[in-house]
Order: sequence, then C-alpha cells, then structure tokens
Amino acid sequence: MDYSLILALLLPLGGTIGVLLNGNRPNVREAISSVTSLLLLVTVGGMVPSILHGKVLKLELFSLLPGVSVTLRADAMSMIFAFVASSLWTIAVFYSLGYMRSLKEHAQTRFNASFALAIFGAIGVAFSDNLFTMYLFYEIVSICTYPLVAHHQDEEGYNGARKYIVYLTGTAKLFLLPAIILIYVLTGSLDFASNCTTGIFPAGVNSTLVTMLYIFCLFGFAKNGIMPLHHWLPGAMVAPTPVSALLHAVAVVKVGVFCTTRTMLYVFGTDLMSLLNLGIPTAWFVSFTILAASIIALSKDNLKARLAYSTVSQLSYIILGVALLTTPGIQGGLIHIVNHAFAKITLFFCAGAIFVVTQKKLVSELDGLGRAMPFTFGAFFLASLTMIGVPPAAGFITKWDLLIGALDANQIGIILVLITSTILNAAYFLPVTYRAFFAKPANGVVYDSVKEAPLAMLVPIVIAAAVSIIIGIYPNFMLQFAKAVTG
Amino acid sequence: MDQLLLNSGFPILSVLIFLPMLGALALLFIKNEENCRRTALVFTAAVALLSLTLLSGFDSTTARFQFVEMKPWVQAFNINYTVGVDGISILLLLLTTLIMPFCVLVSWTYIKKRVRAFMICLLIMETAMIGVFAALDFVLFYVMWEAMLIPMYLLIGIWGGPRRIYASVKFFLYTLAGSVLLLVAIIWLYMQNGYSFFIPDMMWQNYSTTAQMFLFLAFFLAFAIKVPMFPFHTWLPAAHVEAPAAGSVILASLLLKMGAYGFLRFALPITPEATAVMIPWILWLSIIGIIYGGFTALAQSDMKKLIAYSSVGHMGFITLGIFTLNIDGIEGAVLQMINHGVTTGALFLCIGMIYERTHSRDIESATGIGKYMPVYITFFTFFSLAAFAFPGTNGFVGEFMIIAGAFKYSLSQGNFPWLALASIPGAVLAAAYMLRMLQRKIWGREHNPDNSWLKEHDLNTREIITLAPFLLFVLWVGLAPKPFLNIMHTSVSALIQNFATCQAKAVAIAGTVLN
Repeated sequence: MDYSLILALLLPLGGTIGVLLNGNRPNVREAISSVTSLLLLVTVGGMVPSILHGKVLKLELFSLLPGVSVTLRADAMSMIFAFVASSLWTIAVFYSLGYMRSLKEHAQTRFNASFALAIFGAIGVAFSDNLFTMYLFYEIVSICTYPLVAHHQDEEGYNGARKYIVYLTGTAKLFLLPAIILIYVLTGSLDFASNCTTGIFPAGVNSTLVTMLYIFCLFGFAKNGIMPLHHWLPGAMVAPTPVSALLHAVAVVKVGVFCTTRTMLYVFGTDLMSLLNLGIPTAWFVSFTILAASIIALSKDNLKARLAYSTVSQLSYIILGVALLTTPGIQGGLIHIVNHAFAKITLFFCAGAIFVVTQKKLVSELDGLGRAMPFTFGAFFLASLTMIGVPPAAGFITKWDLLIGALDANQIGIILVLITSTILNAAYFLPVTYRAFFAKPANGVVYDSVKEAPLAMLVPIVIAAAVSIIIGIYPNFMLQFAKAVTG
Repeated sequence: MDQLLLNSGFPILSVLIFLPMLGALALLFIKNEENCRRTALVFTAAVALLSLTLLSGFDSTTARFQFVEMKPWVQAFNINYTVGVDGISILLLLLTTLIMPFCVLVSWTYIKKRVRAFMICLLIMETAMIGVFAALDFVLFYVMWEAMLIPMYLLIGIWGGPRRIYASVKFFLYTLAGSVLLLVAIIWLYMQNGYSFFIPDMMWQNYSTTAQMFLFLAFFLAFAIKVPMFPFHTWLPAAHVEAPAAGSVILASLLLKMGAYGFLRFALPITPEATAVMIPWILWLSIIGIIYGGFTALAQSDMKKLIAYSSVGHMGFITLGIFTLNIDGIEGAVLQMINHGVTTGALFLCIGMIYERTHSRDIESATGIGKYMPVYITFFTFFSLAAFAFPGTNGFVGEFMIIAGAFKYSLSQGNFPWLALASIPGAVLAAAYMLRMLQRKIWGREHNPDNSWLKEHDLNTREIITLAPFLLFVLWVGLAPKPFLNIMHTSVSALIQNFATCQAKAVAIAGTVLN
C-alpha cells in the first residue's frame, strides 16, 4: 500500500474545493492553487526514488467487476507524464495569476477550480493501472475543461467549446467504449500488462478483432490530435492563453498521447503489434499528420493558431516514435512528451505575454517588438529550437532517438518525413523571432513605451524556457524513465 | 414445491403489500392537507424501512423463491394468494419501496389541489406495484397488474399538464390492450397445468412449440407495450410529459420496469423455445429502440419529453441485455433497470423542481440557471452524467455489462459483433442529448433570458434531502456494484441454466420425434 498515490490525486481535488470555497477572497484562492500545485510536485517527486529502484506502486480504490477496478499505479511511464503535469501546473498557476489579473478576466474562481480539476484528471490518467481507470479520468478531463474553453462565454467561445466537447466525448463513446468492452470480453480483464512487450491478449486471439480494437483505440483517444480528428484543437484556442498553454500544449493533448501510447504498449504490447504489423502503418499514418499540420501552421498568421497546428504535428512525433516499436523509437517518443511540453508551454506563455502587453495576436504585427520585449522573444527563440530539434535544446534528443529508431526499423521513408518536418518547423518558427528582433516596426508603430509583461508572467516564461534547454543538456533524469519502460 | 422457501413468522411481504393500502384507508379520515402529506410520508417511509429487513433475511446462495406466503383465496378456481421473491424481484421490490417516499416528498408543494386524493392514489399505486413484483400466483399478478392502471390514470388525468386527458386515455388504452391477451395466456396455462395458477409450476415445462409461440406473442404484446419497446412506445412521451413530477417518477422508475420484469419472469421461463426463435428479432428491435430513442430525444426542446424519449433508448439497452441470455447481459439488464429507475427518477424530480419555480418545462426558459442555482445544477449534472453512462456512475456499469453481453452473444455464435457495435451510436446519442441539455442549463448562450431572480430560490433543505440519496446511489453502484450483483447472481445463473437445459431437452425431443 502506498498512500502517496492517493495523495497525488487528492491534492488537486482538494485544491478545487478550496478554490470554490474561497471564491470571494482572490488572494486566499490563488494561494491555495499555488500551494497545492507545489505540494503535488513534491508528492510526485517523492515517488521518484522508489520508481527508479524498479518498484511499481499500486493502490486499488474500488473494485467494480472481476477484472474491472479503479486502481492506481505509478511506474516509469506514469512518472514521465505525472512529472510533466505537476511541474507545469506549478509554473502555469503563477503565470495565469498574472495573466488573468492583468486582463481583469471574469469568473476567475470557476477558472481556477476547473484548472485544478483538469490536473486532477491528468494525474489520474498518469497513474491509471487499467483501461477503465484511464477512461474514467480521460472523460473527467474532457468535461472539466469545457468551462475553460468556453470561458469568454461569447459566440466564438461557445462554438469552440461545442466543437471541443463533441469531438472529445463523441470519439470516446463511439470508439473507446466498444473497444474497452470488447477487450474485456476477449481477455476478462482491463488491467495493463506489467511490461511493454507482452500485452494482455491471450495467444490465438482473433486478429481481425484486435486490429479493429487497435484502430478504435487510436481514434478513440482523439485528444492525441491525429488527423482527421484534430479539429477540436485549433477550435479550442478561443480559450484564455494560460488554458491553451497548460491544457492544449500539455495536460489535455498529452493525456491523449499518453493514453494512446500507454494502450499501444501495455494493452497490445510490442510483440502483438509487430506480429499483426500494426506499428509501421501507424507510423506512416501519423506521418501525414506531422507534415500536413506543419504545412497548415506555415499558412497561419494568428500566432496561437500557428502554435496549435504545431502541437498537432508534434504530438504525432510521440506516436510515431512508439509505433516504430524499436527501443530508441519508443524512448524518443516518450521523452518527447516532456520535451515538447516545456517548449510548447513557453511558446504559449510568450503568445499570452505579447497579447497582455500589446493586444496583438498576429505574427505579421510583431515586427520589431523583440527589442521592447527581449526576454519574451528570447524565450520564444529557445523554445523554437526544441520544436525544430536543434542542439542543445531538448528537441534534439527526441529527433536523435527517432532517427535511430527509424533506422533500426529500416524505415528510410520515415527518416525523410522527419527531415522534411524539421525544415517545415524551422520555416514557421524562426521567422517569428527574426521579424521581432530584426524587422522594422510598421509605419507609425512605436514601441518605446512597451515593457515586458508583469513578473508573475515573465518569471514562469523564463523558467520554462530554461528548463527546455536544461533537459536537452542533461536529458538523463527523464531518459532513465523512458529507458525503464523499454526495459 | 422445492423451489420455495416458506416464510414462517412475520409475514413481511404481505405487510409490505398492504401497509400502503392501510395508509390509503387512513387518509380517508384525515381532512387537513398538511396531515395528509405527513401521513403518506410516514406510511411510505415505514414501508421503505421495513423492506430493508428483507435484505437481512435474504439468502443469495439459492435461486428459490423466498419469504413465500401461501393462503387459499378463491378455492373454487384454485386461486391462491401466493407471494415470494427471488434475487431479481427483490431488487425491483426494494426499488419500488425506496422510491415512493421521494414521490411523496417531491409532491409536497407541487400538488396543490386534492392533496388527499393524490396521496391515496400514490399509496394504492405502491400496493399494486409491490404486489406485481411479489406475486407468485398468476391471478394475483394479473389483479395487481391491472390495479396499477386506475391510480396511474387518475394521477395523470387529474394532476397532469394541459393535455392530461389525452395522455391518460392513451396510457390507459395502450396498457389495457396489451394485457387482454395476457389474460388469455394465463387461462390457457391454467388449464394446461392441472388447473393451477401457481407461476413456478408453469416454468420450464416444454409446452409444444406452437403453443409457446402463441403464448410468447401474448406476453410480448403485454410486456413490450409496458417496457415500452419500439414501436409500442408512443404512449410514453405523452404520459411522461403530462404527468405531475411524482407521476413521471413512478412511470419512469417503476412502471417501465414491469415489462422487462415480465420478460424475465414469464417469457423466458414459460416459453423458452419461442424465445430462442424470437431472440434475433427482439435484439434488433432493441437496437432500433436505442437509436430511435436517442435521435428523438436529441430533437426535443421540452425537458420532460427529452427524458421520456431517452427512456425509450435506455429501455432498449435493457431488453438488449435480457435477450442476450448470458450472465453479463441479464445481470447488466437487471442492474440497469435499477439504475434507470434511480437516475431517470432523479432527473424527473429535478425537472419537477424547476417546473415548480418557472412553470415551464422548456429548455430555453431554463438557460443559464446554473449560475444562479449552483446546488441544483450540481445534482443535475451528476444525474445527467449517470444518464449517459459516464464512467464512475451507475449507468456505466449497467451499460458496460449489457454491451459486454451483446459482444459475447455474437462471439459465442462465431459472428462478427455487429449487434454490440450497432448499439454504440445509442450511447453517443445519449451523451449528445444530455450534454446539450446540460450545456443550456448551465451556460446557455451569449445572451440568456434573465433568470437572476432564481438566485433566491436554489434548492431548499427538503429538496436536497430528496435528491441526496439518489446521488449517493449513483456513485455507490458506479464504483461498487458488487453487493447488488451478488443478490441477483444465483437467480440469474439459474435462469440461464434452466433456459439452456430446456433448450437441450427440446432438441432431444425433436430428435426422438424425427427418429
């Protein structure tokens, strides 16, 4: 029995309740958010030593049917995601405090409560021991983030939020529900396997059904942003920027890819996936998303939209890596959960800071702004490096592993995809910083009075950007978890 | 008689059946309206508490009927007053007794005219419903079955909405039409079984296939209307919409369960061969009901109508589960009967509470109330989630088991599981119409009608006490359904076992005839 697991769940839940109860005392409310986020980080950090010793923490909370239960487990793979979610929550809490107060946004209590509840769901997903528990928290995340997307409560907000909830709950019901039930019928259990190779299906299982189940799982977790079910993501960009930052670069989308890869590795297993030849076709399928989303990003002038499509593209790296079914591929995919998270949250934070200071949303309006906001655009530049995969940024580790993984799998075509995508990444990210620092402001625009965003926003930006470089230089802390997954 | 465990000592079932009747009689002598309400509450609550003692004496390791009481009634026709429960009926009986006090509570201020008569109707209704679930004599069953019609007719016809007369007559005619053939079937069975109306004796008898087909059709008509299965459902939305809140709760939570219970208690055991022939048809009819109910619910702007049509879909899942005839399917179906009773009952209570305030059942008029009634909307959200089988709620467990049963049904026959997959769009639709209503009530649009006066009218203590037990149940079954499954497990297994044996026997008989 290990109670740090339940503590990790109860902290964000308790934070939600604390926030709701202190709605009319903003300072107490924000203090509760910050303290719970820090405590969560400490709790998750406290699990690290035992996980590194190869221990797996487990805790059964409720048993529904034989083989169906609400059970938590912390192993190497869950640590990757739990660590990202909890550390970025801490940073995002401070950032959103600055953002929401600077813009005098309405309904901040609801906002903070939903925020904490979404983290509750994300942590639950990270620590799920079976498909049912994962599905439960996956759906909690879908429902609890609706208020965040619809936050502005205007026509645009409601439309974006409707699309969001229709895509996410619709696919979960349409594909995941039958998949989970059929897996239960075929195997008698929904528990994940104890390693990433064997899977849970008995030998001799009907391969048509398994292939169908696999496809259902791939599309059922639509939070993973695989085309053509990615439309909810750009639509959800109507949310306030801290939401876009934490949820749509980290918590929500990473819940999607985490669930997808968790299912690929611990339900189907690499053995069965190679046997039925499911891996390489998946890699090719998501390659389309990688390239197409990058091309769309290239055409977007709205900075947040560009970032959104970049997210769609980058998420597929993670799935591609795992789908290669080679050790470096899986490691590269899983480590990209971390690398992408820190870099993308930096980029969104920067977009939010630019908006708070100048009310500008378009890339074409940013000419010359860099000299007025050097820290913001410096951070933006560093985070761009991860997206492109330039050393020493963290993204380089991903690209390196993915390339070796593709070589191991003898997939020269995939290598070409990765190279093309790198060029596209550079093409849509570098001009942003270039124009900001080196282009002349448009006629009549003067940035003399423009200053950096408030410190509550600037400090999280700098920290997130710094981390995205540090984990590139010292990748071992996170890589050891990824290595433990592949064994 | 080895399938019975006779009750000695306290006649608990009879007390449960007749205590509400006694309450109705007592009400005849009470003039004051407030006292009428209190008396009704005391009687229903007493029945509820008393019924819980059934659980302590119930032996879940046997499929036999328990707490059985047997008294001669009309000796000339060998009609006996026989009551008893097994693992399936005890759950439905408990559902009935536990729901009724809440029907009284929700009517406390909702019903303003003829309070005494209203409460009398409720209590008579309770007697009849408990009687249906406990009856082991076919005449007793039929009497109780028909006895439900009159008070329900009055509940809709007197205290209902604007189109109450139309709705109540439609309800009455539909259900009456269904039960006429049931009577014929009962009499035929009576003559076949040595002039006995004793239900357990009629089960698993290997009647001739032709006879079974006719019997099955009679059963089917009666029960399919009651469930209601598509296309016999048209009485339901009318009745649901016009009935007062308590009437809707009784209809949705309890009356609809009668049909499904009828299939389990009569159609399967008495006409197994005919059932086996009809299974594919009924399964696909259930699927049609699921999808049809979902689409129609999606198109409604009236909250009560929406829930009424959603019931058609939910009951489709229940008949789907029953006729998969495997343990997951039937256990899931019985559990879902309880779940639907609780969840839909709670939703009707919630809608009644809003109606009491705004005098409108329209979704549009209730847009954006979430901001002003946070307590109300919290309850409503949980019940809505349960209604579309959100994981962690009771609805999910039932739906999970039923769909698992449907998968097993196809796979056991070596078929591709089209059946189970075909039910999935129904689950999607359920999420769609519930979330749509939820979105309107919590958020609405950019500009909502001004409902800010509701700020002063969030739920009061009586209403919170009414809804809280439902919420507890939703989460209890959602996270720990085992106690409920344990109660029914032996009975359901025996049902499936007997069904299989009977099938094998029929095949053997057919074999000898051919040879």
